[in-house]
Amino acid sequence: MSTARAISQLFLWELVKGLGLTLKYMFFKKRVTINYPYEKGAISPRFRGEHALRRYPSGEERCIACKLCEAICPAQAITIEAEPREDGQRRTTRYDIDMTKCIYCGYCQEACPVDAIVQGPNFEFATETREELYYNKDKLLANGDRWETEIAQNIALDAAYR
Amino acid sequence: MAIAALSFYVFAFITLFAAVNVIFARNPVHSVLFLILSFFSSAGLFVLMGAEFLAMVLVIVYVGAVAVLFLFVVMMLDVEVVASRKGVARYASVGGLVGGLLLVELVLIVGGRVGGLPNQTAAPVLPIPEMAERTNTQALGDVLYTDYILLFQTAGMILLVAMVGAIVLTLRKRSGVKRQNIQKQTLRTIDEAVELKKVEPGSGL
Amino acid sequence: MVDIVKFLINPFGTMIGGILMLLVPILIGVAYYTYAERRVIAAAQLRKGPNVVGPFGLLQPFADAVKLLFKETIVPAGSSRFVFIIAPMLTFVLAMVAWAVIPVGEGGWFADGPWVIADINVGVLYLFAISSMGVYGIIMAGWASNSKYPFIGALRSAAQMVSYEVSMGLIIVSVIVCVGSFNLSDVVRAQKDLWYVIPHFPLFIVFFVSILAETNRAPFDLPEGESEIVAGFFLEYSSMSFALFFLGEYANMLLMCAITTVLFLGGWYAPFDVAWLTWIPGVIWFALKVCLLAFVFLWVRATVPRYRYDQLMRLGWKIFLPFTLFWVIATAGVLVAFGWLPNA
Repeated sequence: MSTARAISQLFLWELVKGLGLTLKYMFFKKRVTINYPYEKGAISPRFRGEHALRRYPSGEERCIACKLCEAICPAQAITIEAEPREDGQRRTTRYDIDMTKCIYCGYCQEACPVDAIVQGPNFEFATETREELYYNKDKLLANGDRWETEIAQNIALDAAYR
Repeated sequence: MAIAALSFYVFAFITLFAAVNVIFARNPVHSVLFLILSFFSSAGLFVLMGAEFLAMVLVIVYVGAVAVLFLFVVMMLDVEVVASRKGVARYASVGGLVGGLLLVELVLIVGGRVGGLPNQTAAPVLPIPEMAERTNTQALGDVLYTDYILLFQTAGMILLVAMVGAIVLTLRKRSGVKRQNIQKQTLRTIDEAVELKKVEPGSGL
Repeated sequence: MVDIVKFLINPFGTMIGGILMLLVPILIGVAYYTYAERRVIAAAQLRKGPNVVGPFGLLQPFADAVKLLFKETIVPAGSSRFVFIIAPMLTFVLAMVAWAVIPVGEGGWFADGPWVIADINVGVLYLFAISSMGVYGIIMAGWASNSKYPFIGALRSAAQMVSYEVSMGLIIVSVIVCVGSFNLSDVVRAQKDLWYVIPHFPLFIVFFVSILAETNRAPFDLPEGESEIVAGFFLEYSSMSFALFFLGEYANMLLMCAITTVLFLGGWYAPFDVAWLTWIPGVIWFALKVCLLAFVFLWVRATVPRYRYDQLMRLGWKIFLPFTLFWVIATAGVLVAFGWLPNA
């Protein structure tokens, strides 16, 4: 045991060093926490959040009731019923997503040939009751209208990699 | 003075109440807790008598250390309340005898002070120093470290021997036990503890 | 004259007035100490800590208190009901009662002597007696809960507090030998020119580590030991009884800081006898010193990992006890050799 080590041990040097480190963290380091409800972290364009049904710019809904999403959904959270509309076009009469079943895998938006069903950037859709999480077509379309700007931008940003 | 008298009766009542409950509590842990209460209120009585040093030492030594160990032991024991009640009738006579003797002795002593037995009246009255100029800590220290130094130190030695004896009796060296040498561990340097080796792919160590 | 002023300040009588003037700041201090702990630990871990309730989160302690008040008090089945309820009260009362002998200042406009509720001859012993009683709150809680984790926590805590009290006692003896009085105001007055932290520096460190162990704080928080015995002795407590334990623990920490201030850091005296420093009232210096030590409590908690039980016992009995014993003898020897004994 060298003399230097003996002295450093006697004066609890390692302890002092450790305390110094925490003190440095306390006063001279930037905080890593963000002030969540007021500040939010950046999320990727590929983020798979709350579902939304999009419309064309004309206001016509995109979904053509091909039921690919219903077929691919591994959690079987999607239920679709379809019928021809008055003008003969094939449209959904019912488009339900059980958000309590959904596993947010993103297969539905990949299966969709017309980019109708997408998972938007919204992750704050917690509810107080279970029933509110059984989304129907109106809710999904409303989501699409509400988040269209963000969704369109995310699709544009990610287009190069698809 | 009224407050002092009131305090005396309160402390005395609590002491007696707790002491009686030490015996009559069904649960042994409650008994020990009552014992502690009775110690504590006796300390209060000491304070009323102006013996604050003794009061504090009573609390520190008996309440703070001795009774903790008592409580430890009693808490660990799995005493059955019913079983401990069985022997009451058998030991009642012996207990009563001892208790009675103690009572007689107490009456003799207290009665001697109050009633004034002939040989007690002539007892020399110890000079009580003025409270303001001498704390009873100093007074005790003066007596303890001069007149009674031998007894005091002997008592200390006896306690030390008892402690060493207890340790010798219970200490046993077992073989095959892994022990940690903290000194050795903390003195290890990175060089001694870690060896970096360059491993070529496919050749192994 | 002073009595009239005292009476005007508080018509209930000077004793009760003094108690209120001491206890109210202490309770507020304790409340804010819990807040300070969360902020300091957060800062050391690069988090923000509570900052939502009120400006900078300053109302957080009161929000917590209100929350705890309105919760249900649960008494576990099979527990010893009376002991279970009385234990947190005992802890809290003892943490408050000990403040009676702590002198927080001296002189000034409303007191002739030291600012203390009971300026008794055996103040140091009183503190020691009260702090040795503190272990009962914990043992009673652990036993009365009728549950294994609290029981283990209580056993650990009792063994720990009894062990460290021994070396704390010897440290206090060293200081008292230098002062020549058990009165805490005398202890402070003896440090007018030289704080005892300078000649007794190693002792100060040992004392500080001992009070960490005595208050069951990190790195000696085995009685709580979150990761192994869940929360230790107050595992079964809820609502206000839990709050009393919590407040009692923090009040004890502040109390221990105050004792350290009195014994080693010169109580109410300014660090240097310079004019503009001595203008600041003594009570403010006292509070500053207590705050500094309280900060070190949190700082240590943010730094050091928890001790193992056998390491804790080893430190207490094999290192601190011989060291403090040696120091008592060395102090007494030096005092006798140079004729510096007080009251000689």
